[in-house]
Amino acid sequence: MEGTAVRGRLTWQVATVSQLIDETPSVRTIVLQVPDWAGHRAGQHLDVRLTAEDGYSAERSYSIASAPGEPVAITVERLEDGEVSPYLTGELQVGDELELRGPIGGYFVWDADHDRGPLMLLAGGSGIAPLRSILRQREHSGSMVPTRLVYSSRSLPDVIYRGELDRCDGGVEVIYTLTRQQPPGWSGHAGRVDAALLAEATWPASQDPIAFVCGPTSFVETVAEGLVGLGYPARRVKTERFGATGGPGGPDGGT
Amino acid sequence: MEALDGNAIGGLLQEVFGTEMTNATGMCGTCGAAGPVAECVVYLRAPGTVVRCRNCGYVLMVFVKVRDMNCVDLRGLATLGRG
Amino acid sequence: MSPISRGFHGRRRTPAGAEGRVPPGQYVTSDFPVLSAGPTPHTPLEKWTFSITQEGGPSKSWSWTEMRGLSAETVTADIHCVTRWSKLDTEWQAVSLDTLLAQVEHDAEYVMAFSDGGYTTNLPLADVTGGQAWLAFGYDGKPLEPEHGGPARLLVPHLYFWKSAKWVRGLELRDDDEPGFWETYGYHMYGDPWKEQRYAGD
Repeated sequence: MEGTAVRGRLTWQVATVSQLIDETPSVRTIVLQVPDWAGHRAGQHLDVRLTAEDGYSAERSYSIASAPGEPVAITVERLEDGEVSPYLTGELQVGDELELRGPIGGYFVWDADHDRGPLMLLAGGSGIAPLRSILRQREHSGSMVPTRLVYSSRSLPDVIYRGELDRCDGGVEVIYTLTRQQPPGWSGHAGRVDAALLAEATWPASQDPIAFVCGPTSFVETVAEGLVGLGYPARRVKTERFGATGGPGGPDGGT
Repeated sequence: MEALDGNAIGGLLQEVFGTEMTNATGMCGTCGAAGPVAECVVYLRAPGTVVRCRNCGYVLMVFVKVRDMNCVDLRGLATLGRG
Repeated sequence: MSPISRGFHGRRRTPAGAEGRVPPGQYVTSDFPVLSAGPTPHTPLEKWTFSITQEGGPSKSWSWTEMRGLSAETVTADIHCVTRWSKLDTEWQAVSLDTLLAQVEHDAEYVMAFSDGGYTTNLPLADVTGGQAWLAFGYDGKPLEPEHGGPARLLVPHLYFWKSAKWVRGLELRDDDEPGFWETYGYHMYGDPWKEQRYAGD
């Protein structure tokens, strides 16, 4: 598995946008047709490079939101003063070309034969993207590993992939928390993920869970510290920090 | 400006080293702390990419793209490798 | 050459009338990007000092209060970052480095600016005197924010902005030109944006 998805020298290749899906008012999934795609593992990402007519270019990284075997898809959050995200979530059309390289990553990855302990997923905002790839891979592989997802979003309309997450099978429990605004009658959690929510919602450390935490840096640091405080060994907590801006970023900045 | 982590430079590392490196173990030459490169502190928004030890903050690696060539400084690391 | 991304322009606009003010390879931005190689230091003002030092010669140090007691001016300048953004008509409140350097007897030809967090950058003395360089503590009429180098940073607008060291704490006077942080990693020793001196050898 590792051999196919890590090909040695990364090369840039040109992909074509085959589908655009509006997930929330500010988030769009871009499905790509990538001619020389070698396959990927759940949790990996790819780098995207945009080049303007005068040669100016900008690079960003985006987690692959689809499972291995599915068409390559990335989910992009539009940042109002961003440079790349308004283009990807606005101007980009089906049929346009996008230069990319990947898949990238060997640390923040999950395979179905991974582990014995239960799976603990924690997402802040657009950090849900690589975890969604993991959830889909879990389903495709027929894995029955007990799984919990804690997903923090600003409000209910900001929850990405909500329909899909609500339909997760019995082996996956999804715990939402809404930090800024809750709908009337909301009986779920409100406010940011804190020690109390972690204590309540996470697998006990005694069950030897493996945790994947993804989202803005401040979210990841609070959660990772909280998990270690609950007894998770540091090596059982995998972290991936996005810029406060929504993606792992790129040489020119994170938006 | 929030820092990122070694995942954000996975592509750059693969470009430089020819293989996936986020899961490689780096040992800080200053404090001796060791861990996956993915967990190092990364500053991308600079004239170059600066990777710092999460434990002591000292610079581990610096990458500068000089005219399409990667200039790499690893002097802050004691060791870098698999396992 | 990479394939062109249809409809992608990035953030750039060159405002009308800016021709001639933008060095080659730069684009004009209206925001103020924050670039950093490390965490933002937070030195309390009561601990802050600015020092001019030299080996085997007199040195001088100013506390925050002493520095703020020196005559300051408003400086309007265009600034150019080596990462290709330029910002026009930035306004700073600053003390001229001439004022500070005049208080130390020396015959040095170079300086190494040093900052909290370990950052350094080298400059010829001739480029930080004669009204070309300042110690800036205010931006746009307000105290300089930490993410932009506050409490005080160097301001040397005629060179690429990496020479305008953030969180600066002093200048070391030297006879030789030694590379500072970015210069060690391949950036140009001098850094004239009008000659596009970004990297060593340019």
